[in-house]
Amino acid sequence: MGVKQWIGQWPVYRQLTGTDPLGRGSAAQSARSAGLEPRTRGADRVVDSVCPYCAVGCAQRVYVKDEQVVQIEGNPDSPISRGRLCPKGSASKQLVTGKQRVRTVRYRAPYGTQWQDLDLDTAVDMVVDRVLDARRKGWQDADEAGNPLRRTMGIASLGGATLDNEENYLIKKLFTALGALQVENQARI
Amino acid sequence: MGSNMAEAHPVGFQWVMEAKARGAKVIHIDPRFTRTSALADQHVTLRAGTDIAFLGGVINYVLTHDLHFREYVQSYTNATFLLSERYRDTEDLDGLFSGYDPLTASYDSSSWAYESVAAPERPGRRDKEQAASSRHGAGGPTVEGHAGEIAADLAMEHPRSVLQVLKRHFCRYTPEAVERICGVPRDLFLDVCRAWTANSGREHTTALVYSVGWTQHSVGAQYIRAGSIVQLLLGNIGRPGGGIYALRGHASIQGSTDIPTLFNLLPGYLPMPDTSHESLAAYLESISGRNQKGFWGNADAYTVSLLKEYFGEAATAENDYCFDHLPRINGDHGTYRTAMDMVDGKVFGYFLLGQNPAVGSAHGRLQRLGMANLDWLVVRDLTMIESATFWQDAPEIETGEIVPERCRTEVFFFPAASHVEKSGTFTQTQRMLQWRDQAVAPAGDQRSELWFFHQLALRLKARLAASTDPRDRPVQDLAWDYAADGDEPSSADVLRHINGIDLNTGRTVSGYTDLRADGSTSCGCWIYSGVYADEVNQARRRTPRSECGPYDAEWGWTWPMNRRVLYNRASADPQGRPWSARKALVWWDEERGEWTGDDIPDFERTKPPDYRPPEGASGPEALRGDDPFIMMSDGKAWLFAPAGLADGPLPTHYEPHESPMRNVLYGQQASPVRKVYGRPDNPSNPAPPEAHSDVFPYVFTAARLTEHHTAGGMSRQLPYLSELQPELFVEVAPELAAERGLRHLDWAHVITSRTAVDARVVVTDRMAPLLLDGRVVHQVWMPYHWGSVGLTTGDVVNDLLGVVVDPNVFIQESKVLTCDVRPGRRPRGPDLLAYVADYRHRAGITPRTGTRVVTAGDTDRPEHTEPCEWPEDPS
Repeated sequence: MGVKQWIGQWPVYRQLTGTDPLGRGSAAQSARSAGLEPRTRGADRVVDSVCPYCAVGCAQRVYVKDEQVVQIEGNPDSPISRGRLCPKGSASKQLVTGKQRVRTVRYRAPYGTQWQDLDLDTAVDMVVDRVLDARRKGWQDADEAGNPLRRTMGIASLGGATLDNEENYLIKKLFTALGALQVENQARI
Repeated sequence: MGSNMAEAHPVGFQWVMEAKARGAKVIHIDPRFTRTSALADQHVTLRAGTDIAFLGGVINYVLTHDLHFREYVQSYTNATFLLSERYRDTEDLDGLFSGYDPLTASYDSSSWAYESVAAPERPGRRDKEQAASSRHGAGGPTVEGHAGEIAADLAMEHPRSVLQVLKRHFCRYTPEAVERICGVPRDLFLDVCRAWTANSGREHTTALVYSVGWTQHSVGAQYIRAGSIVQLLLGNIGRPGGGIYALRGHASIQGSTDIPTLFNLLPGYLPMPDTSHESLAAYLESISGRNQKGFWGNADAYTVSLLKEYFGEAATAENDYCFDHLPRINGDHGTYRTAMDMVDGKVFGYFLLGQNPAVGSAHGRLQRLGMANLDWLVVRDLTMIESATFWQDAPEIETGEIVPERCRTEVFFFPAASHVEKSGTFTQTQRMLQWRDQAVAPAGDQRSELWFFHQLALRLKARLAASTDPRDRPVQDLAWDYAADGDEPSSADVLRHINGIDLNTGRTVSGYTDLRADGSTSCGCWIYSGVYADEVNQARRRTPRSECGPYDAEWGWTWPMNRRVLYNRASADPQGRPWSARKALVWWDEERGEWTGDDIPDFERTKPPDYRPPEGASGPEALRGDDPFIMMSDGKAWLFAPAGLADGPLPTHYEPHESPMRNVLYGQQASPVRKVYGRPDNPSNPAPPEAHSDVFPYVFTAARLTEHHTAGGMSRQLPYLSELQPELFVEVAPELAAERGLRHLDWAHVITSRTAVDARVVVTDRMAPLLLDGRVVHQVWMPYHWGSVGLTTGDVVNDLLGVVVDPNVFIQESKVLTCDVRPGRRPRGPDLLAYVADYRHRAGITPRTGTRVVTAGDTDRPEHTEPCEWPEDPS
């Protein structure tokens, strides 16, 4: 390394001689920060998405590398959001990659004091058993006047405002066929 | 009004700021001074729960000064129609409308009809508890004969013309009354009236924004009616820069209303059938009505196509397209009724799908006690939430009301896939569907709801395949053959089926006018028809805003038919010309013989302005060329609602269920048809004319913070957001702090007859004391996001609430109640129960409190309580 190059590494020298007299840009940059690049640059692909929080519908770009989400940014093309995200939308990478996410089925037996592990397939089968049982226990064929009801009051469901239209469609369709009508979501609240 | 847009919808608020930069005046009317107020030209503080009094004042101002948009009102609203001689107004009946039945606390609305239209008298009971009430929000209100000539006075001077009835109804909503009720100084109120009227008309429009600050009231639907009346009188509906914006708070809460997971609706606002619908024909007649106008006239095509999508080949003309496979409703099956039924042991299993009622619903304690009394509970969420862990860490564990070893509820927690781990559409707050592509696969046991319900459906169908029980036929007949995408259905194929398919060609239909009632089309949601037109996923379109026209028609897809402004035929005058050059949106092109413009016309494209229907026409054919409100049974916007509402044809100022004030306008204190649930586990704080309302002297209201999301499941677990808003707090005015000895950043607790919660005190001028009818009233505000799980924890603010609901939509009154505030922390453990019981004792509260809903005149005042075991009155 020559003397000139060595001196040139000093921020104060660069500030005095370069294009950044206030020392708030390139003059203050270290070798480490010069080597940094945004997580978005190395992504394998960018996927179009929509913010999952409120109903404004801000467009998101999801940056994926090695099948992991590495960054989520606002999409400037959107006529709704013009690339902006609020604090929640900006935190949505933490929402999807944070360690608070539960990865396995958890089960609490009646009168239990602890969570237990349960295999996913077994758990779904157990729910099927219980749906049929609750449906039967709460079944009503007709009202007092003999009008058909053909329904069960034994099963209820709450949720949908955070889900996709396609999901809500199948939820309502299946519950309706089962005769379960106490199906509700945040829109009632 | 009723919205803190800058903090709750920050990115949407950029457009308000954009408008302001271009010269628009921004007025914020809300109980609390927020960042929205800080950025507005003017902030108006009003008492929570008094918006109808304020808006009624605006209506009165418009009508007394003749400032309505006369030609618009005359041509496009029902202002000219004459009402029945049987109609009596709140002016005549001390705050009640004609048709009130105190025994059932409900209305027979037959006297609210137009003069020339027959409406049979009906007993009120049916309206309140049976089908009609639970159908509100579905379809359009049907009134026989609206397609015919309706008696009218074009000059709008007849005393029974809607405009004159309106004038009389609102005549006592003077600036002085507004000041006494809302606490808004007269001059400030008049400033708002002048700004609103000056910025409306041919050359100008005003937009109105609301959020749940309007909906969460016992008169919530009437809040929105009041806003609509102002906007219609001023000609601000269906026009560019006008309208009413309902800002919704969840990514697809609009979608979950359109494609409802709601008990009273089928997709596309078709009503859930009730016990009066003996056949498909009877059901359809209840939607389309007889001899009435508009696009509900084609309800047969929408319904049969839905049944074809649900039951496929099994649905035939001979079997009414499996109409009898649908379960029947017969009353209130809303989420609060269900929670009480859980407490009462009538519900056995409960699914929670991305929702956390232990924190997010009113009366969290009732919710948790209900969940603790189930056979089983399935929770599907991204993270552990309070509704999954109530048996471990609910507040009731501390008080001893829930003991894990004695709590029988079996709990399954299924980890859910996040928004980037599945593909599908959200419908945002302006009805726009936007498709998300899947970015990555979910990990471990994480799955989408699509996967979960697909698995349930396949396994249930397999289990019931051999059954001969008729109740299992709907499951056997259920069409469930969506294209596969791995081990779940392809969401794109589900959206195709929602769009609708021509069963002869197998191709998607291009819109709802393609649907047929003969079984030749299937369609999962008629208002979404067109989202997959030409076999293209229109919701996936992402043409950048720089390359779209002024209405960004190629970004996403907006129902119906990608129309961005509803009822935009009203942006042109009756002859089809824009009201003014600067406010042009769609217009009639005489040469080409069609409607055209910057938006897709919300009108039959080739129906000319001077079209007059032939004798005996009904449905769409009966709409005149100058009937812009194509979903209404008379083609007009309703200033006065001759049908369809449970609580009156016109908005009326009623005090909230819990209020420190007597109603200064009428003997009738609060809504006479609000739905109360008089039960020992759902006490109310007393309100005048009941005694002891002074035990809970303050008005309480709650709302969101920017950095948290509703019940906190998606925010209190995140380090960034928890650091930005680390702790629950309560905002009080300096004067209230002095009155109660509260110190900034110290602890205080808020008490109602349900419970007490504690929080850090923020003493701030944001909460201004109000001068009401000669006395000072304080308001108290809290954010409501906290619970026992997450990086930041705190008391559940919704535990302060009881359950009382709007009779139209069964939404709870959670934006206004009464409370007391005291310094220091609340008592812990069983002492908390004793502390709150002492408050109830001092206030003389029994399960009957608040249930004598009629207080007008000298009518009987029956209680409306539930039949159950009551403890002895504390007195």
